[in-house]
Amino acid sequence: MTDKHDLTLTINGFDHAITVDARRTLADAIRDQCGQTGTHIGCEHGVCGSCTVLLDGVPVRSCLIFAVQCEGLAIRTVEGLAEGDELHPLQRSFIKHHALQCGFCTPGFLMLAVGILENEPNIADADLRELLSSNLCRCTGYANIVKAVRAAADELREGR
Amino acid sequence: MKPAAFQYHNPLTVEDAVATLAEVAPDQGRILAGGQSLVPTMAFRLATPEHLVDINGIEELGRLAVEHDALSIGACVRHAAFHRPVLEGGFGALLTRMAGHIGHYPIRQRGTFCGSLAQADPSSEWCLAAVTLDASITAQSSRGRRTIAGADFIEGIMSTALDEDELLVETRFALPAADTRFGFVEFSRRAGDFALAMALASFRLSDGVMIEARLGIGGAEDRPRRIAQAEAELNGQPPGTPAFEAAAAAVAAELDPMEDAGTSAQYRRELAQCLARRALESAAS
Ligand SMILES: Cc1cc2nc3c(=O)[nH]c(=O)nc-3n(C[C@H](O)[C@H](O)[C@H](O)COP(=O)(O)OP(=O)(O)OC[C@H]3O[C@@H](n4cnc5c(N)ncnc54)[C@H](O)[C@@H]3O)c2cc1C
Ligand code: FES
Ligand code: FES
Repeated sequence: MTDKHDLTLTINGFDHAITVDARRTLADAIRDQCGQTGTHIGCEHGVCGSCTVLLDGVPVRSCLIFAVQCEGLAIRTVEGLAEGDELHPLQRSFIKHHALQCGFCTPGFLMLAVGILENEPNIADADLRELLSSNLCRCTGYANIVKAVRAAADELREGR
Repeated sequence: MKPAAFQYHNPLTVEDAVATLAEVAPDQGRILAGGQSLVPTMAFRLATPEHLVDINGIEELGRLAVEHDALSIGACVRHAAFHRPVLEGGFGALLTRMAGHIGHYPIRQRGTFCGSLAQADPSSEWCLAAVTLDASITAQSSRGRRTIAGADFIEGIMSTALDEDELLVETRFALPAADTRFGFVEFSRRAGDFALAMALASFRLSDGVMIEARLGIGGAEDRPRRIAQAEAELNGQPPGTPAFEAAAAAVAAELDPMEDAGTSAQYRRELAQCLARRALESAAS
C-alpha cells in the first residue's frame, strides 16, 4: 500500500514542493526530500531531541510528526539561524562557552533554545535547566550548554 | 525505525472524522492526535495501523473553555495549554503543576490532554487527574454520543472504555469549590521520564477538619485509582501528621504495585506511601 501526497513544506521561508508517503516523518522529509541535513536524527522515537525544529514558532520533535501534517506551517531549522555569514547570537554563544564537542546534538539544542527564548525571554535559571533537560547530549555534560543559553538569553534581552 | 505504511485521512469536522473512523476501524484504523505516543509506537512497529484519522485539522476540537461551572477540554487541546494556569485558584495551579511533569517541553507542544486519556498509560498525569477528580469523558461515533465517568474510563494498561469507532471529543471537570486544596507529587528517576509513582490529594476544611478528601495514586498499579481506605482516614480529622501518616499507611496496605526489572513491588509501595504523605502535606500548606 502506498499513500502518496504532493505537498509544499515551507522551511526557513523557502518553499519545497515534494511528494511523500504518508508514513514519512517530517525529520526524514526535511533531510532527504528537502536536502536540509542540519536537522539530525538520533532515536526516532521522541527521546533524544536531536531532531528538534520550530513549527509555527514552537519547538517540536520532527521525528514524531508526519510531513503530510505540516503543509502551510512555518518550519524553522538550524540552517535558518545565521543571517548570511553572521551567526545567530546563540550559535556564537555555543562556540564561546564550548557548548558542543561532536556537534551531533547541537542543531536540536539550538532550535530548542531559540524556541524557548523566543517564547520565554525572561526565563528563570531553574526553568531553563528544566526545559533544556528535553534533549540529550553524550559529550558535554550539559553545564556548558546551560551556560551558553543563559548568556545568549541575557544578550538577546539587552539587545531588545 | 520507520513507521509502516498507512493511509492518511484528515477530516475537517467531527462528523467526517467519526464517519471515516467507523469505516476504517475494522482495518486497524486509529485516531492521530498529538502523535507523541502513537508515532513512537509505530516507529517500533509495535503498532502498524493501516489508516490514521488525523484530528488536528478539526477546529472545534481545540476548544478549552469554562462553561456551566465546568472546565471543558477539547480533543486537540495540548499539554502546553496548561503551562500557565487556565483558571484562577488551586485547580488551575494544580493542572499547571501536573502538566510540567509530562515528558518534555517539545512533547507538550504536540501531545494532547485527551490523547493521554485514550492512551491510558498507567503513569499518565492526566489519567490520574481524570480518575481522582471525577472527570466526565464524552465519546462520539457515527452511532451517537455518550458520556463515561473518569473512574470507569480506564480499564487497564493502555486499555479504555472507548470502542474502536469512538472519538474522545472532550473531557470535562466540574469546577471544584473555590476553597478546595490540592497537592500533587510524583517521582521519576530522570526529569521527563514516566513516573514510578505519583499521588494527587485534595480536600476542603470545615470547622478545622478535612471533608471531601480524595487521594489518588498513579503509576503504581496498572491504572490510577482513588484509595477509599486512605480517604476514610482523612475525612473528619484535622489536617496534620497523624491523619496524613494514617492515610499513607492505608495506601501502602491497599496497593498491589506493578514490578519491573528495575523496580520491585515493595519499592513502589513505599514510594507511593511517601508520595501520598507529601501530596497531603503540600495540599495542607
Ligand atoms: C519522551 C516522551 C516522554 C513522555 N512522558 C510522558 C509522561 O511523563 N507522562 C505522560 O502522561 N505522557 C508522556 N508522554 C506521552 C505524551 O503525553 C502523549 O502526548 C500522550 O500520551 C498521548 O497524547 P497524544 O495527543 O500525543 O496522542 P497520540 O499519540 O496521537 O495517540 C495516542 C493513542 O490514543 C488514541 N487517541 C488519541 N486521541 C484520541 C481521541 N481524541 N479519541 C480516540 N482515540 C484517541 C490514538 O489512536 C492512539 O492510540 C511522553 C512521550 C514521549 C515521546
Ligand atoms: S530523533 Fe527525534 S527525538 Fe530522537
Ligand atoms: S556535542 Fe556530542 S552529543 Fe552533544
